[in-house]
Amino acid sequence: MPHIPLPEHLPGITGLLEYNKETAAPIRELTQFILRGESTLTPGERELIATIVSHNNACKFCTAAHTAAADLLLGNTETCEIMKQDIDAAPVSDKMKALLKIAKQVQISGKAVTTEAIAEAKNNGATDIEIHDTVLIAALFCLYNRYVDGMATVAPANPEFYQGLGQRLVDNGYNRLTNGYDHLKKQEQPA
Amino acid sequence: MAHIALPDESLPGIVGLFNFRPETAKSLRWLADTLLRGESPLTSGERELIAAYVSHLNDCQFCHMSHASAAMAHLSCDLDKIADIRNDFKEIPVTPKLRALLAIAAKVQKSGKEVSDEDVAAARAEGAIDREIHDTVLIAASFCMFNRYVDGLGTWAPQDNEDYREMGQRMAFKGYIPAPVEAVKQ
Repeated sequence: MPHIPLPEHLPGITGLLEYNKETAAPIRELTQFILRGESTLTPGERELIATIVSHNNACKFCTAAHTAAADLLLGNTETCEIMKQDIDAAPVSDKMKALLKIAKQVQISGKAVTTEAIAEAKNNGATDIEIHDTVLIAALFCLYNRYVDGMATVAPANPEFYQGLGQRLVDNGYNRLTNGYDHLKKQEQPA
Repeated sequence: MAHIALPDESLPGIVGLFNFRPETAKSLRWLADTLLRGESPLTSGERELIAAYVSHLNDCQFCHMSHASAAMAHLSCDLDKIADIRNDFKEIPVTPKLRALLAIAAKVQKSGKEVSDEDVAAARAEGAIDREIHDTVLIAASFCMFNRYVDGLGTWAPQDNEDYREMGQRMAFKGYIPAPVEAVKQ
């Protein structure tokens, strides 16, 4: 049960973002830009960064949601599955492998990022903006994961829930839905 | 030297990063202002103490010192009291409620999962309401982002309390969103 009363039809992060729309607005704006805005990294690649960090923070809700979004954007489920076990074995570019390793270090601490990991990314063609955005995405998910789990929000067990959510993140991105989320009240509630 | 080429290496910490990427700076500044100066049942001084404390636990010198300086400005304390944030708040007056909220913030710094029902019950027993628990967790989580952003890109930080005096006063009383004139100058 969440530590404070939250809308029951909105598990995970969504209920928190609706609980306080003033703090949600800049978080949503930042996320929309950094995950969906103009970038030389594809939205699928950026969702991989969100996924590896959430996975390493053991945040069930965020990991399942961003895995679903990444799977849809990449058109396969293997990439996320393999990446979670072994970044080097994942079917992504060498540049992406290097960026995902930086993200893993950021998950531990900002201070854990090594000059070697940065050099490896640069040697594989990563630009300064790509490195910057990787670090910021990884850091942002250290916020999200702690917000979601620190408030003890509900993570539905039903995999279909995350399919639906992943599709919403692909179709609508991270901006608040224009008409809010009342339409979700009509859906069957996960146990 | 930072891990990426910043246009102005003389700008410390997050300031250099804001200058590098104005697109993300806008949202990050807005977030900091809303968290620390927006509407909340916690005072800005209390919220800056939470920010400074979590930044200390993350060993992020720039965020710790700048937010500690902002907290001192709000609380009308001397900058030499900053060390007390790193020393369990023996001198800075902290209410039992804020102490319980700081304990929650310390759990969040480790992991969201560390926050227990007992931690929340302890804060409630000292009078903390839903919104104060929410704001504490979100501020602590946000500084786990800001700290990683600042240190993950290898920015530099000034060393002395005095170097942060003006910055802290500006953060406390003018806020985190630059005046339009300053923005144009960029």
